[in-house]
Amino acid sequence: MSEENSTLETSHPLEACELTTLLKQEFPDAISGFHSYRGDETVIIERTALESVCRFLRDDSRCSFEIMMDLTAVDRLEMDMTPRFELVYHFKSLTHARRLRLKVGLAEDDCKIASIHHLWKAVDWYERECFDMFGIIFEEHPNLRRILMYDEFEGHPLRKDFPIDKQQPLMELKEVEERYVYGRHE
Amino acid sequence: MKEMTLLQPHNVGASSGEDFSSSVMSIEIGPAHPAMHGIVRFTTHLDGELIVGMEPEIGYLHRGFEKESENSKWIQVIPYTDRLNYVSPLLNNIGYSMAVEKLYGIEAPVRAEFTRVIMGEISRITDHLTCLGAVAMEIGAFTFFLWFIKAREYLWELVEEMTGARLTTNWTRFGGNHSDLPDGFLDDLSDRLTKLKDVMIECDKLLTRNKIFIDRVKDVGAISKEDALSFGFTGPLLRACGIPYDIRRADSYSVYDELDFEIPVGSTGDCYDRFLVRMEEIRQSISLIEQAADKMPEGPFMTDERMIHYPDKKDVYGNIEGLIDHFKLVMEGHQPPAGEIYMPIEGGNGEIGFYLVSDGSGDPVRVRMRPPCFNFVAAMPTMTVGHYVADIVPIFGSVNMIGGELDR
Repeated sequence: MSEENSTLETSHPLEACELTTLLKQEFPDAISGFHSYRGDETVIIERTALESVCRFLRDDSRCSFEIMMDLTAVDRLEMDMTPRFELVYHFKSLTHARRLRLKVGLAEDDCKIASIHHLWKAVDWYERECFDMFGIIFEEHPNLRRILMYDEFEGHPLRKDFPIDKQQPLMELKEVEERYVYGRHE
Repeated sequence: MKEMTLLQPHNVGASSGEDFSSSVMSIEIGPAHPAMHGIVRFTTHLDGELIVGMEPEIGYLHRGFEKESENSKWIQVIPYTDRLNYVSPLLNNIGYSMAVEKLYGIEAPVRAEFTRVIMGEISRITDHLTCLGAVAMEIGAFTFFLWFIKAREYLWELVEEMTGARLTTNWTRFGGNHSDLPDGFLDDLSDRLTKLKDVMIECDKLLTRNKIFIDRVKDVGAISKEDALSFGFTGPLLRACGIPYDIRRADSYSVYDELDFEIPVGSTGDCYDRFLVRMEEIRQSISLIEQAADKMPEGPFMTDERMIHYPDKKDVYGNIEGLIDHFKLVMEGHQPPAGEIYMPIEGGNGEIGFYLVSDGSGDPVRVRMRPPCFNFVAAMPTMTVGHYVADIVPIFGSVNMIGGELDR
């Protein structure tokens, strides 16, 4: 990713630098890169450090990222980049009026990462969507089911090797159990 | 397997016979239910009428927006964005176009930005009118609904005048808009805004201090500040909790820093606060539109940057550069520089964020839209547990779930 300057460069360059410097101080081994493009601060971290970095970002008063804004992944198959997947976390701090993007690389044959659902409540559904669309396993997620697709769906549609016109097998009609007996259960 | 919040069911202690009060009954609400705004299913666990657990299930309106977008050219995504939040399609158009502009590192001309403010605020008003009208109708205030839908019609006629369509607007382009203000548009605008203000005054009298209405919405569906932040709430629902986070102010984009507006906040985050916040936001939006119309500068409504703007027809037919540019733009598409950006704007429901990744070719690598109401529906169990079945209607109404945006 290029590091070119532009007119949209962040309005708080000093603060932004402070943030990356702070993260480098606190996690010298975990940060594998950072860049700023069009004013978006991006920090790339190692997979094993995700939980501790996120906890630090949320709890430390110099960061206080209260809102976990977005979680998604990028399949870089057609860009010929390794590792194939990149998880992208977006955070927003209201206290410091600042945004941060956190990225974690994930290899295709080892698509697993620790879940951070216990840090922000929003993460639960985001991780489910990411699992649904990309097949990334979030370990120790309490309810890692598909969310937008149905349970019988085959494949993970946002992977680049999933053809856009792929047909899905027909499902058999589900048997209705206990018809006319409405669910009063123990 | 499923995580659900279970309150201890009330044990009334029936002394004889079956103890009905201690058994929990599961009832499905939806997917297609008259009181549900879109197609969404709630599995509710009830103790009598008291909700003790709930699991929302979404995805019934999934159309593969992201997959379709990644198999299109950048410019071909704009019509798909109409179908995200179909109550305020222009805000999606604006959000996506501004995201691609950020990727390019360009800005639209000032006149285009002011026009975008007008059209965007009109869309925000239609969004709020629909939401509030529907809530009121579902809890019995049908007049309010009819009046608000009538007012929405005034605005949609303006949208039609500007874009040629009421809902499928497809209006913005990279570096500007598809069209400039039509003749007499500003006069029509002030005429419609006057009518809208009358409707607002009438409806305010009708409902805001109405005891029946207040009884149904006050202290219903409240959520704490901490929970709201943790669930990633944005927009009117977060402001109803008392947090003045508005992206128009916080990450001021477009020309909002040249316009005056106030950010209404609530205190308890219940349905009544959400109603009041939305009502006030409509008034603020009216004021923003009037200011933008007053300050409307002269100038172009589209950038003349090469390879972003389609060349004028006289250049296409008149000189070879124009012809080549046109050919390459049509055949190869726009080619923003390689990079990744996240562009948030304040939508009707909250933060609409586009995360775009480009590899420098004409094909998008990743088009991701952050749907604001995804978080609201995820928080439905937190907001409803402890309330009664009848409260689901105002709570879910105030959440303003839009299926197109939620399921994409």
